[in-house]
Order: sequence, then structure tokens, then C-alpha cells
Amino acid sequence: MNGAGRPKPESGLELYAWIFMRISGIALLVLALGHLLIMHIVHNVDHIDFQFVAQRYATPFWRTYDLVLLWLAMIHGVNGVRTVLVDYVSPRGWRTASLASLYLLGFVLLALGSLAILTFQPPMAP
Amino acid sequence: MQVTLRIKRFNPEKDKEPWWGEYKFAAEPTDRLLDALNYVKWYLDGSLTYRRSCAHGICGSDAMQINGSNRLACKVLLMNLGQKITIEPLRGYRVIKDLLVDMDAFLAKYRSVRPYLVTHTPDPEKERLQSPADREKFDDTTKCILCGACTSGCPSFWADGEYVGPAAIVNAHRFLFDSRDEGGEDRMQVLNTLDGVWRCRTIFNCVEACPREINVTRAIGEVKKALLYRKI
Repeated sequence: MNGAGRPKPESGLELYAWIFMRISGIALLVLALGHLLIMHIVHNVDHIDFQFVAQRYATPFWRTYDLVLLWLAMIHGVNGVRTVLVDYVSPRGWRTASLASLYLLGFVLLALGSLAILTFQPPMAP
Repeated sequence: MQVTLRIKRFNPEKDKEPWWGEYKFAAEPTDRLLDALNYVKWYLDGSLTYRRSCAHGICGSDAMQINGSNRLACKVLLMNLGQKITIEPLRGYRVIKDLLVDMDAFLAKYRSVRPYLVTHTPDPEKERLQSPADREKFDDTTKCILCGACTSGCPSFWADGEYVGPAAIVNAHRFLFDSRDEGGEDRMQVLNTLDGVWRCRTIFNCVEACPREINVTRAIGEVKKALLYRKI
């Protein structure tokens, strides 16, 4: 509650994070709901197997769809958690540690997901 | 009507912990809560401490938590509060004594946004003219009386006292959107930080708390948009 009026360097990051959350939010509304519709309503989860995925990933369209969904959702989610941590974790050490873990986790999940989407080789149709 | 005021009392020279004082007396339903506080101070317990000045909802001195909401004691009637009324100091500020809180940090943040007309161009011969349409753009934010109710009601401020707070942003808005003002760049630099407007999570508590009915969250949103349009 002190240090008021202390000049702080202007940072553009928060501005871009804010506008990113709005744009990705709108995009995710379409992408995530579309994903849910296809995977849970149009197709029953019981019918989703290797064959189903292989068929979808034979064309670049669904790979791109999933890749965009993965990146937007991960960054949107990580940024949301970052906001919570920055708001409520005030001790410096804990804040740095929790943010570092968050970024590491986000990076690993993003890398693994991208790897799966990009390197998946559908077997030739019989 | 019979009223019972439950007032959170704290005198740092005597008390280790805050305690609740209860005061029962007869009052008119049309009395304001400030009248009831005055009654307690003048006839029941002279040590009760609170701020008040104009008593007409314009000086912004007597903001406090009344039945859990931030209100001006001079702007609410007893008949609208029920017979048992709970009164606490504003949240988020250091309590100096009873209902009196330390507003220094709050006012320092207010000053940090340079809440006055800033010009660089030479003064015109006559007054600086402004169209009614341009005046309208910041009409809402001219109404602020700096009572501190909005900032005290803001969860972002509770979580991090470094946040500049809704009241300071409202007063920055007052000049950012004034066509005669030329100090926008300096104010934008103060506000375009994590502890500036970006700490606002649009919780709307400030709108609910404002005794002047300023749409605070809208004003903050307009500042955010102005920052965005300045960059793109």
C-alpha cells in the first residue's frame, strides 16, 4: 500500500496480453465449441479411435484446426493463470517460482501437443 | 424507531484488536446515518472517531462500510438500513482510529495521474473553447468526489495495494478525454503498466460502490481502449 506515485516504466506487455485474451477468447468460442460438438455430440466418444484420428489427420485442415486450438487455448489458459498468480502471490520468491513452473508446464504441454499434431503419420488407406 | 448501531471500534493506542461497540437509541426514520453517528458521538460516546465535513454528499469525507456496502453516511437514511446497522471503516486502507482511515497512499496515486489541465502550447488570448459534444465525453468522470469508496471496494486493490485504483483512473479519464488537455502522454505512461489500468479485472464493485453513480468500469474500459488505439 506504499510507494504510490512511484514512476514505473511503461510496459506494453499487459496491453498486448489484454487484447490477446479478447481476440483468442472470441476465436476459442468458435474453435472449442466446434471441437466439443464434433467430438462429443456428432461422434460419440466411444467411436473415437485410432482409425478416426488417422482419417481426420489425413488432410491438413483438421491438423491446422487442432494446432490453432491447442496454441490459442494453451496461451489463453496460461495467461489467465498468470493473471491470478500476479494478483494473489505477492512474496517475490513464490511469485517467481510459481510463474516459472507455470511457463515450464505450458511450454512442455505446448511442445508435446504440437509434436503429436505435426508428426502423426496416418497409415496408408487399405 | 429504535436503532442499534454496531460500530467497529479500534484505537491503536489502547486496543490490540478491533472490537464492536453497540449503541441503542431512538431516532427518526428519516434521519441520515451521519445524524445517528453524530448522536453517538455527542451523547453516548465522545471517543467515536470518523470524518465528516459538508454532510451533503459532496465533500466525500464520510465513506464507510454500511451493512457491508461502501456508502456515504450522509447519503443514506436509517429507514433504508433496518434497525440493526453494522458500520465498519473502508476496507483496504490502514485504520487510524475507528472509522478514520489513512488516505495518504490513495491521494498519492490520485496525484500520480496528474489530475489537472496540462498544456504545452502557448495560452490562447481568451478561454480555451470546447464544444458541448466534446464536453460530454468526460461528463461522467467530472462527478468524482474522491471519497475512496470505489478503490476500497476493489478486489484487485485488496490483493495488491500497489494498484493505482479506480478512483485515480476515473480522474485520469476526466483529463484524458478533455479536448483542451495536452498531458495525455504522461498519464498514459502511468496507466499502461501492470499496476495501472491492466490490474482491473472488470469486477464492477467500483460501480456499485460509487455514491455519485459514476460508471467507473466503463471509464476504465475507455482508458484501456485509448491505450490500445494509441499503439495501433
